[in-house]
Amino acid sequence: MAEAAGTVEQPRPQIRRRVTIAVWAAILGLLILLGFGQIRAQQGPVGIGSRAPEFTLSAFDGKQVSTADLKGQVIVVNFWASWCRPCEQEARELEQAYQMYKDRGVAFLGVDYVDTEREALAYLARFSITYPNGPDLGTRISQAFRIRGVPETYVIGTDGRIVAVQIGPYDSLESVVAHIEMASSR
Amino acid sequence: MLSLSKRELDGGSADDRCWTTVYRLPSTVCSFVILAILVASPRLAGTALAQEDEPTDDEVNAIAKGLYCPVCENVPLDVCPTLACKQWRETIREKLALGWTQERIEQYFVDQYGDRVLATPPPRGLNWAVYLIPPALFLVGAAVVAGAIRAWQRPKAELGLRPLGGLGAPQAQDEPLQADDPYLQRLEEELHRRG
Repeated sequence: MAEAAGTVEQPRPQIRRRVTIAVWAAILGLLILLGFGQIRAQQGPVGIGSRAPEFTLSAFDGKQVSTADLKGQVIVVNFWASWCRPCEQEARELEQAYQMYKDRGVAFLGVDYVDTEREALAYLARFSITYPNGPDLGTRISQAFRIRGVPETYVIGTDGRIVAVQIGPYDSLESVVAHIEMASSR
Repeated sequence: MLSLSKRELDGGSADDRCWTTVYRLPSTVCSFVILAILVASPRLAGTALAQEDEPTDDEVNAIAKGLYCPVCENVPLDVCPTLACKQWRETIREKLALGWTQERIEQYFVDQYGDRVLATPPPRGLNWAVYLIPPALFLVGAAVVAGAIRAWQRPKAELGLRPLGGLGAPQAQDEPLQADDPYLQRLEEELHRRG
């Protein structure tokens, strides 16, 4: 036993130091990752003046609509869902606005957030909505816009920057028109 | 009985009439019954099949409990009370009725709503962190604890001190400290170096 005590392995400070550094680096990396995640989570929706995320919408009718193809136009992007009661409050107004502006270089896109297709199509039929609508596949579009819920509407100007954001439903056709006019006049 | 009496008046043996009456009346009824059964049987069979094919709530919930709706964070789909989640459960029921497997249904939801609907994220990309960090932290923790235990034990072993409650301790530990003990020499050197 005494011999065993006498032949105790020498500590290896180099290895131990490297392991310690690696562990601290890993912990630091994890904290940075968590910090970025937290910052992103608390960032809120894409703000006015910032460049609007580009996306392609796979519409319910099978067509693909890309915002890249709509450059130079005002784009109204509305996030909605069939299970969302407040969305119903603005559904008719948005369709009315679309009818008013569809021939004047204003595109409307409806992004159906976390919804089921049958109920979504029934919703579109109920409110006679005719502008392109499609599911937010993989919730990629809503994540790009960092939406917090539905309804949310983003009005993108001809320069591709966000001109107006409506969190919650529009309360009247006039308020929709006001946002579009604001984007058009830029 | 009235018709029987009338037939009896018409002639023929009572037995004949009786047989004729007995057989004719039921045969008409029977033909209707048989016809009705034949007509109804496919529908009945269809109903029975439909009831058998209709997935139960338990079957739906078995899949739903592994899914999370992004609208209701941290609430599994099987217990989520919102309309959105109810619609999702109905979608699961429809897919099950179509004969889809659990894997196919889950893949459908992933395609529609992204990886985050899964209770267990698939091991790819950043998701690997979920699988690697906890065991790595556990291993680091275990190594730290093992190192600490070794460090606590080393002085006793190397200095030849009797451990606490040292009944049955090795005889060698009762021996006086040796001046040529390499550990003591190192300790001396270290103490000198630190002044």
